[in-house]
Amino acid sequence: MKLPLLKSKNDATDIGRRQFLKSGAAMVTVTLAPGVTVMAYGGAAAAQANPATRWGLLIDVNKCAKDCTACVSACSNENGWQDTGNPATDAQWIRKVELRNPQTGLEQSLAVMCQHCENPPCVDVCPTGASFKRPDGIVLVDKHICIGCRYCMMACPYKARSFIHEPVTDQKPHAPRGKGTVEGCTLCVHRVDEGQQPACVDACNTTGNGAMIFGDLNDPESEIAIQLATYASSAIRSDLGLNPGVRYQNL
Amino acid sequence: MQRLISLACMMVLGFGSAASAQESDLFPTIPKALYELETPHPDDIRENHMNYLRHDRDATMRLGDRDVEFSLKSCVDCHAVRGPDTSFVTIDNDAYFCKACHVYAAVKIDCFECHNSRPQAIELTGMFGADDMDALNAYLEEISE
Repeated sequence: MKLPLLKSKNDATDIGRRQFLKSGAAMVTVTLAPGVTVMAYGGAAAAQANPATRWGLLIDVNKCAKDCTACVSACSNENGWQDTGNPATDAQWIRKVELRNPQTGLEQSLAVMCQHCENPPCVDVCPTGASFKRPDGIVLVDKHICIGCRYCMMACPYKARSFIHEPVTDQKPHAPRGKGTVEGCTLCVHRVDEGQQPACVDACNTTGNGAMIFGDLNDPESEIAIQLATYASSAIRSDLGLNPGVRYQNL
Repeated sequence: MQRLISLACMMVLGFGSAASAQESDLFPTIPKALYELETPHPDDIRENHMNYLRHDRDATMRLGDRDVEFSLKSCVDCHAVRGPDTSFVTIDNDAYFCKACHVYAAVKIDCFECHNSRPQAIELTGMFGADDMDALNAYLEEISE
């Protein structure tokens, strides 16, 4: 979080935490009656997931090195999941997958996470409505109403979701997670809402090989859309017609 | 998220005054919040905090609206209680803010089975104490350079 500077001490006689954390956004709040509040925003309207946007990832498999796990560790650090030594049940929001073509001997390595499908099967099968797609295309789990039935895990062709088997403590405040619910890649929705990139993309660009591009698939000006329009790309299991938001080059 | 930080403190204030009038061993001891709200309406919050939180969590999670008034993170950050070792206590500790009333009223609270009950952003001010604005300003100046 970027911290705003406090005003000089003279006009800061009663600075509370509210002001301390207030950013530059001008905002007026008028309380009409208890529980009835009118809020006026200066400048842009309240930021919400924009239905005209479709967030997506483009991963260049040629650049994705076999021994590099920068994206996986970045995701783990950002969202607070880790290996506990039980590979059968440990959460995996993102994993590196190794491919080998037995005919040519070509070996490839790529990062696979929730593909944020346009027609997500996990949402279709969820009996409580906990599995849902945001207006901007990010597929999430509402853990408040998830009953842990794991239908979505069965439905997902990418094995992108994990079930939390053990009690969790000291979670990241932006990534709540608890026993008995299903979780998966959130495309770092907390960062995206603040105008940042997902942690895996940042890590791939800084300590990795720059194989990942994040952006708005619907914006023809965005780098990801230009790349997709210029070079051939593919989706994993495109035969299923799910239209994933995660695309791969040179796969 | 800025302005949601609020909510918290008011509850304590209101409770404090109510409690002083009818001080009794039967009444729960409510820990004081770190900061005061600009427009406290503690009765309303005390009665409806669960509804406000539920409404705004759906707005944030489902619609991506981060500029909501009520958030659990803000409650936790402002209603921070220090333990004997001066670090902030978690829901496991009986001194935790939410527990004062929830234990008294025998209402189970399950927010913290997924959410972290330890205050986070407040640690920065905690380093100096809430009133030490000079030190805080100096620190902010330093890290923003």
